[in-house]
Amino acid sequence: MTDEVRTMPTAGQPQLMRWSVVLPGLAALTCALVLPQFANAYVTEVATTALLYVVLCLGLNVVVGYAGLLDLGYAAFFAVGAYTSGILTAEFGFNFWLTIPVAMVAACVAGIIIGAPTLRLRSDYLAIVTLGFGEIVRIIARNLDITGGASGLIGIERPEIFGFRLMQVQHFYYAFLVLALLTAFVCLSVERSRMGRAWFYVRYDEDAAAGIGINRVTAKLQAYMMGAVIASVAGCLYAAKMTAISPESFTFNQSLLILLGVVLGGMGRIPGVVLGAVLVALLPEVLRGAGTYRPLVTAVALLAIMLFRPNGLWPDKRV
Amino acid sequence: MALLEVRDLRLSFGGLKVLHDISFSVEKGAINSLIGPNGAGKTSLFNCLTGFYKPKGGSISLGGRPITGLPPHRITALGLARTFQNIRLFKEMTVLENAMSGQHCRSRHGIMSAILHLPAQRREEETIRAAGMRWLDFVGIEQHAHRRAGGLSYGDQRRLELARALASAPELILLDEPAAGLNEREKLDLVHLIRRIRDETGVTVLLIEHDMGLVMQVSEKIVVFDYGQKIADGPPEAVRKDPRVIEAYLGTED
Repeated sequence: MTDEVRTMPTAGQPQLMRWSVVLPGLAALTCALVLPQFANAYVTEVATTALLYVVLCLGLNVVVGYAGLLDLGYAAFFAVGAYTSGILTAEFGFNFWLTIPVAMVAACVAGIIIGAPTLRLRSDYLAIVTLGFGEIVRIIARNLDITGGASGLIGIERPEIFGFRLMQVQHFYYAFLVLALLTAFVCLSVERSRMGRAWFYVRYDEDAAAGIGINRVTAKLQAYMMGAVIASVAGCLYAAKMTAISPESFTFNQSLLILLGVVLGGMGRIPGVVLGAVLVALLPEVLRGAGTYRPLVTAVALLAIMLFRPNGLWPDKRV
Repeated sequence: MALLEVRDLRLSFGGLKVLHDISFSVEKGAINSLIGPNGAGKTSLFNCLTGFYKPKGGSISLGGRPITGLPPHRITALGLARTFQNIRLFKEMTVLENAMSGQHCRSRHGIMSAILHLPAQRREEETIRAAGMRWLDFVGIEQHAHRRAGGLSYGDQRRLELARALASAPELILLDEPAAGLNEREKLDLVHLIRRIRDETGVTVLLIEHDMGLVMQVSEKIVVFDYGQKIADGPPEAVRKDPRVIEAYLGTED
């Protein structure tokens, strides 16, 4: 048993590039870059879904893994992004790229509306409120005219970049890859900064954090909003890829799947969360052969993981 | 003008009165102590001073500014830091990260500047880190900077709590039973360290302590509590001879 733990390299300090981390990372990135050249459309489609979950899980990890807030309605922010972008492009003829900042602002506003009154609560209550929020957003989307009701929104325009229109699976694969890398970079930068440390302080001991001068409500609200913004950007790209969205894409089940990815891989650290996200996306495909036994096999696999690796498959050493 | 002024402070939980009209002051640059039998209300008073409890009445001011009823993080930012009776470190984080936490309220860069890696943000991170190291060095545990805080020896955990509080650049530091669980050798070191805090950094110290030897040795003034009331207030020699203090600690015949 050793007491040495990973220190967070801080800005300004020459960072130790550990080959044990860099090499597998580069190898994974290379595989990700060339995958569509060799894989068929089905594999690329599954891989694109996996990348979508990577983005969503990284976003939820800010809330759950960094700040320790249990959020059971995360898909709501995904929905806010998807519907904002979808409505603006399909109904108002907005350029896709312009809808992203609007969706980010919308997610922030939604985050403040839910977060400001509830983040004062301890986490169990927060879980219930977020669960309710997730359902409210889905039911609103089902019942409004502008969101297309239960049948959803159709005819969302495909985005164009420098005169090139994203059409095929491969195009969206690369778009999601860029978004996933960007999200990982953003999360890593914040994790190693003053605000990131503040989230960990609050997660480990709220009272001690307040005692050394951290405003716990503001810190939690910022984590919640950052998570919301990441989900909304993912939602924009998702809407553009699908060209049609319906309330059924944003159910409680979706929130649970994202949470599962975070917890499965090992919350708090980016490599673990990426692994968990990929597993969540791949599991249903891998288990396709199991037919109707699929939920049973999934449940047994999850129970086994929680029994033998309670901190996740690739845990944060500090847990 | 005293650094800390407490006037007629009252605290009750439901019908139970915990503090009755407490008044006392701490001069700038002093080392003072609060003593009293178990349950006398010492830690409750600390919790009022640091914003964890909301007093029912009375006032608290720090350097002339009223701090009564402010939330804990505001009070820390105004220059009042504390340690906890039962050590409250961020055990899963490194020793250095713990020490750096005190600097949070003295720095300002947020999420956006971290994402953009602004030069000012990186400089600030460097300052925070340097301050953390400086205070670890001050309390003498800098060699453990990259270890897990929960893996430190008990005495070193107490030192780390001190370093963390000092890193918030306080004017006044409240120590809640800093000698609890320490052996004689460590207590001597602690007396030395408390004196250094005042002499080398100019931070005023107010401590709660059960170890009478230590209290008498280190404090210039002692405030004595019993059943939520102040029963004595003065220099160690005077307090030691005060009949009400002797009665509170030893009881009376008959």
